[in-house]
Amino acid sequence: MAALDQTQVKEGVDQETVDAVREVGTYKYGWDTDIEMEYAPKGVNPDIVRLISEKNEEPEWMTEWRLSAFERWTKMDEPSWAMVNYPEIDFQDQYYYARPKSMEEKPKSLDEVDPKLLATYEKLGIPLKEQMILAGVEGAEDMPAEGRKVAVDAVFDSVSVGTTFKDELAKHGVIFCSISEAIKDHPELVKKYLGTVVPVSDNFYATLNSAVFSDGSFVYIPPGVRCPMELSTYFRINAENTGQFERTLIIADKGSYVSYLEGCTAPQRDTAQLHAAVVEIIVEEDAEVKYSTVQNWFPGDEEGKGGIYNFVTKRADCRGDRSKVMWTQVETGSAVTWKYPSCILRGDESQGEFYSIAITNNYQQADTGTKMVHLGKNTKSRIVSKGISAGKAQNTYRGLVSMHPKAKNSRNYTQCDSLLIGDKCGAHTVPYIEVKNNSSRVEHEATTSKVDDDQLFYCRQRGMDEEEAVALVVNGFCKDVLQALPMEFAMEAQQLVAISLEGSVG
Amino acid sequence: MALAQAKQTATEERLASMSLPEMCGCTRAAREDALVRVREMGLPGRRDEYWKYTRPDTLISAEAPHAVVFDAGEPLIFEDMDNLKIVFVDGVFSPEESDDLTLEGVTIDRIEDICHKDIHWAKELYGKLEARGQVPVQRPLAALNTAYAKDGVAIHVSGKPSKPICLMYRHASEASDAMLHHIVRVEPGAEVTVLEIGPAASRFNKCMEIDIADNGTLHHVRAQGRDHERRAVTHMFTRLGEESTYKSFTLTANGVLTRNEQVVELTGDNAVAHVAGACVGDGDFHHDDTVFITHDAVNCESRQVFKKVLRNGATGVFQGKILVKEGAQKTDGYQISQSLLLDDDSQFLAKPELEIYADDVACSHGSTSGAIDETALFYLRSRGVPHKDATNMLTLAFLAEAVDEIEDKELAEEIVTRLEGWLARRS
Repeated sequence: MAALDQTQVKEGVDQETVDAVREVGTYKYGWDTDIEMEYAPKGVNPDIVRLISEKNEEPEWMTEWRLSAFERWTKMDEPSWAMVNYPEIDFQDQYYYARPKSMEEKPKSLDEVDPKLLATYEKLGIPLKEQMILAGVEGAEDMPAEGRKVAVDAVFDSVSVGTTFKDELAKHGVIFCSISEAIKDHPELVKKYLGTVVPVSDNFYATLNSAVFSDGSFVYIPPGVRCPMELSTYFRINAENTGQFERTLIIADKGSYVSYLEGCTAPQRDTAQLHAAVVEIIVEEDAEVKYSTVQNWFPGDEEGKGGIYNFVTKRADCRGDRSKVMWTQVETGSAVTWKYPSCILRGDESQGEFYSIAITNNYQQADTGTKMVHLGKNTKSRIVSKGISAGKAQNTYRGLVSMHPKAKNSRNYTQCDSLLIGDKCGAHTVPYIEVKNNSSRVEHEATTSKVDDDQLFYCRQRGMDEEEAVALVVNGFCKDVLQALPMEFAMEAQQLVAISLEGSVG
Repeated sequence: MALAQAKQTATEERLASMSLPEMCGCTRAAREDALVRVREMGLPGRRDEYWKYTRPDTLISAEAPHAVVFDAGEPLIFEDMDNLKIVFVDGVFSPEESDDLTLEGVTIDRIEDICHKDIHWAKELYGKLEARGQVPVQRPLAALNTAYAKDGVAIHVSGKPSKPICLMYRHASEASDAMLHHIVRVEPGAEVTVLEIGPAASRFNKCMEIDIADNGTLHHVRAQGRDHERRAVTHMFTRLGEESTYKSFTLTANGVLTRNEQVVELTGDNAVAHVAGACVGDGDFHHDDTVFITHDAVNCESRQVFKKVLRNGATGVFQGKILVKEGAQKTDGYQISQSLLLDDDSQFLAKPELEIYADDVACSHGSTSGAIDETALFYLRSRGVPHKDATNMLTLAFLAEAVDEIEDKELAEEIVTRLEGWLARRS
């Protein structure tokens, strides 16, 4: 954090904000677990794709699906439009599959679990009860849960180590397991939904993911069910020179509800590592999905060495009428972030929301935002994005709001604010706005003077000046978003609460 | 690879359809460089990100699409006002229709003439700002203009001329394909108003390079003619010195395709640049405002105000960018783009961008799109204003923020009169 320490902070920027950013910049999860791993040979080719498929004991149709994706990928070019610079990635100089040797056979009791795996979860701050389950111990579900219940699927490099509370969830008809299990146990659901939101050929990284994804989570909430607990996936990259390619598929059937959380960390290494995930969410009639992320991959050191290159495709398809999806993300890690969680608002009166806080420091680069594609009538979307840039970092908001001719009476409100700490960093905004009917209203704001006029008026009436009032209103809003993030995310999230918008730019 | 090949073929076809002007004098080197640039970049294609919302095909085709000459039945705007008229017919200077080019405080030469002289300031300017404007975004049609434009004027402002200089573009032939290149140098402390009016040609490619020295001021007001079928691509490259001022306003009514690019660079401290535009489009109308403002000095102010009224399937595009370079502290950047869609067939496509590398700045942008405010309409109607009049009043009010950017009240009033005429003809 030397870069930030030496920076002259502009007057008007809260010390609390600076401290919060500095705190975030100190990476606490940079250690690695010395564990015996089993690797597939380096590089990617049809044999590796077949090998991954084989390791996951997949049926023939899945192998074919992967191979056709690989075939397409070889004909695609890496995108270059994002405002990020990084050395060319050698896709053949990576391991595409790595799993702890001890995971070859699932351990039956605590004694059998590799103590190193255990220690990993302890160090990551996951409670003991969860830890036992995470390490893949059978029977841990019967022990009394401490505090709030959160079902966890833990992914360690290329494999899912364990999924908790499966039995309790099954009582409600909820399926929560790793995607490799889902392919084996629920092929009809996987076949019906996989690749329908993010098609195989969607983009360079999504296509690569389709070919080589090793594990990830699968969620199915049956009609009318309110998922009894929060579901969560914890991604940990441990092995060196290994890419992580996970695939998450969430299906919320008619009238159901689920809140899903995602966390991720990686060890501190000198060489950059690749992470290319795909998340697909299907939201049927009257269903609601909340998806929250605290992305805390290793951001690289102060000189910009190492770190995770995070190229993620996340998309929700609000297929049914009155369906709703909410993306909340706190992006603090990764050397390079390339991520646009999007909503396709197909159903009439469907709603999409995107709340994002992206913090970059040192040499980090984040190009993130969302797409709101309004197709149905009376659809609504809301985008609130806060970018904070320090050190020599670059932070870009890139978004699309599109109102199709048939999306009558739709509504969008977008607000993106950026804050720069120091004069060596950058903050950028690249919104695309496409309006093709006149009954819809689209507002893109990047001024801090127009947050909720009523609240502003209330504050000013009581003697606050405009800047104070805006800071209070926006801060209050930020808190709401952050406090909605539970569990292990809370720690990191709390640090961001102090962030003020004073001295911000659009 | 195939794409690059197609682009190269299209570019060569276009170049082959034109003849280069005589390569001589102070523009020679600039023209040669520009030709190299065009070949390197290739003319814009459909897949270019910078042309995402506007199809460049008809602007780069070897042959210009024909456009019927429209008789508006009234003189061009500002035609009857007292100004120094420089008339071009289908892109060719018309000495008969033009006024005498002598005016105190200003020296005006034709580009064709300066080719044979070695005018120091022109050599420093011709093609230079255009070349600077190619980074970070390529503007091949401007480079094409630098290389091929045969006519245009070089305006050297050393004082404060008593009346505006009016560049009048008449359209006479259905098959006209015109290209003009103007350069303007405003010396320290000098002040000038430049007007541009008329449809110009069936297809018009215009490039203007403006260099404003310290404490200089340039006002620019433009009205792009009512010919329905005309096409135009224009570039204005402006560089501002310390405490200088640049204010530009453009009115566009009709025209099947218009792309107006403004590239402004604030290089001296405390400079002020305002660019504004009002466009009203009905039916087969595509209007694109592309603005790129670079702040490269301390305490500068920039404003972009663009308003579009669209109906019957008209399309409005806005691509605006504020780039604040490292060290350009105390920058005040403002950008607003709004569209009023009078019916369900029209569309508004916008990309308002910010790119900021300095921490002590106040930059904001806003972009909205929607129909006429029903509440406001109801208010007016409940007070006895007929529906038609109420809609027109609200439309004019919507455009007012852009029109207000014109400092000269007389010119602003003329613009409002024309807008009222447009609305009256359509209600």
